[in-house]
Amino acid sequence: MPQLDDRKEPHSELAEGVSARVPTTDEVQIKTPEKICGMGHRKKRKEDPRFIQGKGNYVDDVKLPGMLYMDIVRSPYAHAKINSIDASAALEMDGVLAVITGEDLKAAGDLHWMPTLMSDTQMVLPIDKVVYYAQEICAVIATSRYIAADAIEQVYVDYEPLDAVVDPFEAMKDKVIVRDDKEKKTNHIWHWEAGDKAATDAVFKDAATVVKEKLYIPRIHVSSIETCGMVANYNKARSHMQIYMTSQAPHAHRTVFALVSGLPEHKIQIISPDIGGGFGGKVPVYPGYVICAVASLVTGKPVKWIEDRSENLQADSFARDYHIEAEMAADKNGKITGLRVKTLSDCGAADAAANPSKFPAGLYSICTGSYDMKAAHVEVDGVYTTKPPGGVAYRCSFRVTEAVHMIERMADIMAHQLGEDPADYRLKNFIRPDQFPYKSPTGWEYDSGNYEAALKKAMDMIDYRTLREEQKQKRAKGELMGIGISSFTEVVGAGPSKDYDILGIKMFDSAEIRIHPTGKAMARFGTKSQGQGHETTYAQIIAEELGLPSDDIEVEEGDTDTAPYGLGTYASRSTPTAGAAAVMASRKIKAKAKKIAAHLLEVGEGDLEWNIDRFEVKGSPDQAKTIQEIAFAAYTNHPQGMEAGLEAVDYYDPPNLTFPFGSYICVVDIDKGTGEVAIRRFVAVDDCGHIINPLIVEGQIHGGLTMGLAPALYEEIVYDENGQNLTGTLADYLVPTAVESPKWELGKTITPSPHHPIGAKGVGESPTVGAPPAIANAVVDALWHLGVRHIDIPITPPKVWKLLRDNGVTD
Amino acid sequence: MSEHEVTLTINGEKVTRSVEARTLLVHFIREDLSLTGTHIGCDTTSCGACTVLICGKPIKSCTMFAVQADGAEIETIESLAAGGELHPLQEGFWEKHGLQCGYCTPGMIMSAKGFLAENPNPTEDEIRHGISGNLCRCTGYNKIVEAIQYAAEKLQAADAGGE
Amino acid sequence: MIPAAFDYHSPRSLDEALSLLKQHAGDAKILAGGQSLIPAMRFRLAMPAILIDINRLNDLRYVEERGDHLAIGAMTREHALEDSSVVRRSYPLLHDTAVVIADPLVRNQATVGGNIAHADPANDHPATMLAYNATAVAKGPKGERTIPIDDFFTGLFENAMADDEILIEIRIPKPAANSGGAYTKLERKVGDYAISAAAVQLRLDGDKVAEARIGLTNVSAVPMRAKAAEAELVGKSISDAVVEAAGKAAAAECDPSPDLRGGVDYKRDITRVMVKRSIQRAVARAKGGK
Repeated sequence: MPQLDDRKEPHSELAEGVSARVPTTDEVQIKTPEKICGMGHRKKRKEDPRFIQGKGNYVDDVKLPGMLYMDIVRSPYAHAKINSIDASAALEMDGVLAVITGEDLKAAGDLHWMPTLMSDTQMVLPIDKVVYYAQEICAVIATSRYIAADAIEQVYVDYEPLDAVVDPFEAMKDKVIVRDDKEKKTNHIWHWEAGDKAATDAVFKDAATVVKEKLYIPRIHVSSIETCGMVANYNKARSHMQIYMTSQAPHAHRTVFALVSGLPEHKIQIISPDIGGGFGGKVPVYPGYVICAVASLVTGKPVKWIEDRSENLQADSFARDYHIEAEMAADKNGKITGLRVKTLSDCGAADAAANPSKFPAGLYSICTGSYDMKAAHVEVDGVYTTKPPGGVAYRCSFRVTEAVHMIERMADIMAHQLGEDPADYRLKNFIRPDQFPYKSPTGWEYDSGNYEAALKKAMDMIDYRTLREEQKQKRAKGELMGIGISSFTEVVGAGPSKDYDILGIKMFDSAEIRIHPTGKAMARFGTKSQGQGHETTYAQIIAEELGLPSDDIEVEEGDTDTAPYGLGTYASRSTPTAGAAAVMASRKIKAKAKKIAAHLLEVGEGDLEWNIDRFEVKGSPDQAKTIQEIAFAAYTNHPQGMEAGLEAVDYYDPPNLTFPFGSYICVVDIDKGTGEVAIRRFVAVDDCGHIINPLIVEGQIHGGLTMGLAPALYEEIVYDENGQNLTGTLADYLVPTAVESPKWELGKTITPSPHHPIGAKGVGESPTVGAPPAIANAVVDALWHLGVRHIDIPITPPKVWKLLRDNGVTD
Repeated sequence: MSEHEVTLTINGEKVTRSVEARTLLVHFIREDLSLTGTHIGCDTTSCGACTVLICGKPIKSCTMFAVQADGAEIETIESLAAGGELHPLQEGFWEKHGLQCGYCTPGMIMSAKGFLAENPNPTEDEIRHGISGNLCRCTGYNKIVEAIQYAAEKLQAADAGGE
Repeated sequence: MIPAAFDYHSPRSLDEALSLLKQHAGDAKILAGGQSLIPAMRFRLAMPAILIDINRLNDLRYVEERGDHLAIGAMTREHALEDSSVVRRSYPLLHDTAVVIADPLVRNQATVGGNIAHADPANDHPATMLAYNATAVAKGPKGERTIPIDDFFTGLFENAMADDEILIEIRIPKPAANSGGAYTKLERKVGDYAISAAAVQLRLDGDKVAEARIGLTNVSAVPMRAKAAEAELVGKSISDAVVEAAGKAAAAECDPSPDLRGGVDYKRDITRVMVKRSIQRAVARAKGGK
């Protein structure tokens, strides 16, 4: 686990961050005027004009001369031997140029296997056997989408079905070996622990109360409205591969492609154009991408591959799939003292999770949450099953959602068990504001927090005590109403280079700012927006730091030929890392600007002070040079001996992660006849430190809440006993509409991060992490008096109905 | 396999093309006519990213063959700011932050346009049901609802001003 | 997901459509709204060699009262039912049904005739038409004939029409005085097929139920009437016990399959609840409520 004490701050000279103990406020700070529109302004997004006019440029919009189309033959079995593949009929069809099989990839240099982000291996195309339903078998390359679709029907594959193993507990028995390519004939992949086992056992021995529960966090799928796809364009004359790709991490993908294919990295350009939602699903390298690139190499022509939704839902990386056994201990005063957790992680047919290398279970050990306790011990085991591989985030930072669901459910069960009000119980057990920076029993150092303030605000907003009265009255009449709370702690912004890397590449991120002579600027980043509004947010950060109007700053991401190297956008890391890099690069520019201003004003640097958009001579503010004047001088009248130009690049290595938090309260009414759960109200108070753009932050929270609602009540990827996906279309994978999604009510507190240069934390995923337990706790709260202690998500009407009828409640 | 000549009016422009009968209208719009503002998000008529107006009514262009649109008037997202000025719905989506990744947005806006034409003064609940054929994964819908309310008010005011 | 190739015909008249259908009997499929057929074709679950697109038969689009019944042209879009003032005013069961079919975009293209002719027990109109005791009007080479709705649904996706016939109209008897109806549907999310749904149409005579018909959605292989439930109502004064008995009878007589929407016990019990709620609303409407 990360030990943070001995880490030095790499940017200490520039990081004029906020101090470690900052009071919590609820007013957004605005320092710049409207025309500059720096931090805190509700600026309309700069990227929107193209999207609202249908002028976005997504991968499927890319059309290159002579472009071919790829379609993929997929396995109808979850586990089967491949005896033969006969593509002759497909190859005879007009317009079909090639069929690429695993044998072809093998011949091309063992490209039939590829490494996963977790240093496991995964098939690109199989030769011997398939290990999940809808696995890629071979690909057809044709002159049109329609011909390619016809041709895949003409490929005949002789399968010999093998037993599938869908249940990870069954898989642990090793009766069916998923990966017989491995030396060790076992499905068990890894074992991982965090915390102090002996100390935890001791705490449990002394406990006055212990509660225990089994929780399943089901497999779900991000299902961004744009599926994945690629246009690969290999230019033989230039030995150059240009790739348009739905990528959340274009630079990392370029390096992976270089390592896998042997093409030199400078001859690979990855362009991630506008991306129609990512949420983690566009982090992994899927077999389709590799095949598509090979297809372009083989044919010498541009090749387009766009997944169908059903392919996306059936074969792309899933999220979650954690089987948890948790125990919580409390002393005689009801104070939480310890947590003991055992978890089985169903990895599917390869450990292809998108976690930092050292964290096979991601940041799951954050699971002590918002509560101060003496000891905790967490164990996780990874296991193969005959299901699609993955373990990507679903708008969540590396397994935090699973951790938060567990701790918030357990805290609620404990409160109910002890007969205490769940809100009061949380207030009693929270880490106190004066304990920050807080060292958690599993090794984390929480940067800042004020959990009490957030919960109290949520309670005020929803009028919590009155609701409890109403609930009492309703219960007397036999009506079922529940109030659920979730007071979560997130951990985002991976991460410090000491502990965080993906395939060895450290998880810094970057910004490059270049100011033109006329005072307009170009800024490029190693991250990649998929809707988060980076073009606006980053411009506001730079505007805040340099006083350039944010409209005068063009933000560009996603082209590996022009952007500085970065690890990309996922896990709410963009503001904590690249946002900080923008600050640092701005401050480097400001340092040079000061020298130029001193030269122009013929004073010493020490005589100058910064004021929003200019350097002024101390005591005589009319003697000043604006950033625009300084920029012009940087190219026309810079001091002798100084390099011309005004630009800087920064690779920001964060000293710690950031720990956003919040308290959510949900009120539900349950239909006794049908088991339906209706969300009456949902109040979300979030704290993400300083806010760069409140409009965008609200949007992120609304969206995250709906993606928290989704797995709580609707979404689940379901397999039958043969490993066939029963929820492989949007007709059965139930993405909420505007009707299911309630009218979210937001509040905020602001407790800045002490180590981030502008005191900001990530926010895009907090609500996805925090919402499900609020909803689940509300439903259980409505039913606790009937003897119900826990319901696994998604809480569907049949599950609630069964609990009602089992307890004699009907309509 | 049959090829058919199709003549239709799209965004005010008359076009004639020869298409295979099975060509989905959405592919015809995106690929034959290069109007890529209309998107594809599913294969089960679930997501509404492909929504266009046919003779004023919003429909899912993935669930209609191009050949069926012979003689029709089609409006896509590209028609909305044709005069250089944003439509109140476009304005609303921008003002109220009714979009994030932008992928569902054209379909959402076209759906809302058809909806407001029939229900110019909707309640919030009516709006939510009105766009229930369009999925958005980013926004949580709150701000889409606000964007449509903004447009409804603006369109109503314009109507009142014109009388 | 791309459909397999097919030949396409777009007749301009019903006679032309009928003659094409006769010519290609067995190979051809009628394309009405296409909102079920086209997705099935995209997945190549349906691969008709020939499509006869009847969307240009504008003569088959009408919703109007004629004599003793409401006549609905088979090619009437679902949306037109939602919008129809006569439906809104006098056929609340039909209006209830129209507004919960799929989503507003689909309803702009989907047709009433297609919904019924598809004979999918998961579709919403079959139950409603059973409750209304509607009549289907089919036309073929031998001319028009009427088919009582009770005889129309013959199997899963199978109806009583011959291969060379086209459904042209649905007739719903005008409700007599003191009638009321309602459709109650439980969905996993808005626009989904029903977990279970109940269509109830009844007439009161004073306090007593004089007539009642109940149709059920998605709880049987063939769209079904809940006749045992009807029997629990007819001739009785409405009370909680009578309504409960009708719900229980429906739960017993339906025949649901377990799937992602729920198990058999759940679907039966939900059918009980849907039937009860529809009866209560139908009674309220029969008494002049909304």
